[in-house]
Amino acid sequence: MKPKAVTLNINGRTHHVALAPNVTLLHALRDLGYTDVKSGCEKGDCGACAVLMNDNAVNSCLVLAWQAEGVEILTNSGLGTMENPHPLQEAFADAGAAQCGYCTPGMIISAKALLDRNPHPTEAEIREAISGNLCRCTGYGQIIEAIQMAAQRMEEV
Amino acid sequence: MLPKFDLLIPQTLPEALKLLAEGAPDILPLAGGTNLIVDMRGGHRRPRALIDLARLEELRGIRIDDGHVVVGGGTTIAELMTDPLIADHGRPLREAAARLGNPLIRNRATVAGNLVDASPAADTAPPLLVLNAELELASQAGTRRLPLEGFIVGPNVTLLRPDELLVTVRWPIPPPRSAATFYKIGLRKAGACSVVTTAVLVARDESGSCQEVRIALGAIAPQPIRPRAAEDVLSSQSLTDTAISEAARLSAQATNPIDDVRASAAYRRRATEVLVRRLLTEMAIT
Repeated sequence: MKPKAVTLNINGRTHHVALAPNVTLLHALRDLGYTDVKSGCEKGDCGACAVLMNDNAVNSCLVLAWQAEGVEILTNSGLGTMENPHPLQEAFADAGAAQCGYCTPGMIISAKALLDRNPHPTEAEIREAISGNLCRCTGYGQIIEAIQMAAQRMEEV
Repeated sequence: MLPKFDLLIPQTLPEALKLLAEGAPDILPLAGGTNLIVDMRGGHRRPRALIDLARLEELRGIRIDDGHVVVGGGTTIAELMTDPLIADHGRPLREAAARLGNPLIRNRATVAGNLVDASPAADTAPPLLVLNAELELASQAGTRRLPLEGFIVGPNVTLLRPDELLVTVRWPIPPPRSAATFYKIGLRKAGACSVVTTAVLVARDESGSCQEVRIALGAIAPQPIRPRAAEDVLSSQSLTDTAISEAARLSAQATNPIDDVRASAAYRRRATEVLVRRLLTEMAIT
């Protein structure tokens, strides 16, 4: 159970950190300050902890931090900033798609993974893409609108 | 917090098999972790160490070999959904992959993991059963092949030995003029543990009459099953409504379901009969 020095590539930055083997990527990220990655169920059911690993959306609660060495990790805060938001982040704000905001980072990660592969998704494809992300507040309507809005805006660029 | 364990990260299959041989049975292989990490968090498994399989190239890839589709055990469920060989020669598996878990889970969960975890509701099992899948199991002592049918012996119990890895899953390319499909009943469209799953394959001869029918049923018994009595009724028969209804009835009879939080045994029996009839009818006119 000895900690090991691992190198994590997060949002384009390199971190060297000593971690025990039983630390999940979720907690490694949060302890490094990436608190935009949320802890929900820690069982792979809610999607609040979703991040991109080499462009694939995954539950970071089910990945061990040591398994993430050599992988490009992208979290919501790596997509954009307050000064320079990603179109998805802007659209979520404009569409009123965040109430408590807890599901939002994970939703945006799943939406990014969708739009990377399918820039013009149908509503059914959007619903399917976020089917691993639970929201208790919004009823999903504005979230779907936000993703449609972002897709349209990204196409116009 | 997860319990404490050591994490070993071998670079090759021989290295992994050596670690497994030395550490079995207190050491477990880790692929996608979508079952294992959850089980460990819940206190149901406490291995002394885990072996991360991610770097083993021998577990990756989908190819054709000697008339068979060969799928690496480390292939993710997401990869099954998009691979052209699976689209062409493994349609029921592709359909099952699309219903397994949710997109986040599918990017990590693997075929081998789904089979070795061996939930009675494992979604990849019924499709692979109608494809007549065979498993390649490797250990330091060598390699052996077992049919998938009979590999899962009960809930979360298989014939895999503690020092073995499931390296590949393979099946013969289905005959021309055959059609196969899969259907899942769950309480939700995503993130649902299957209530009832059914897969069928119908193969026809040159004249178009039905030559062979394969049926596989999941979530309706301690392990996924092929209801042979139902299949026998249809071999070398025309797929009339009467014959299909009889096969559906026999399929339901072959189940051994339980009442649980998701559904009653009676529902599972009835739904099995409905799904077998519906899927056979669909394949009969394909």
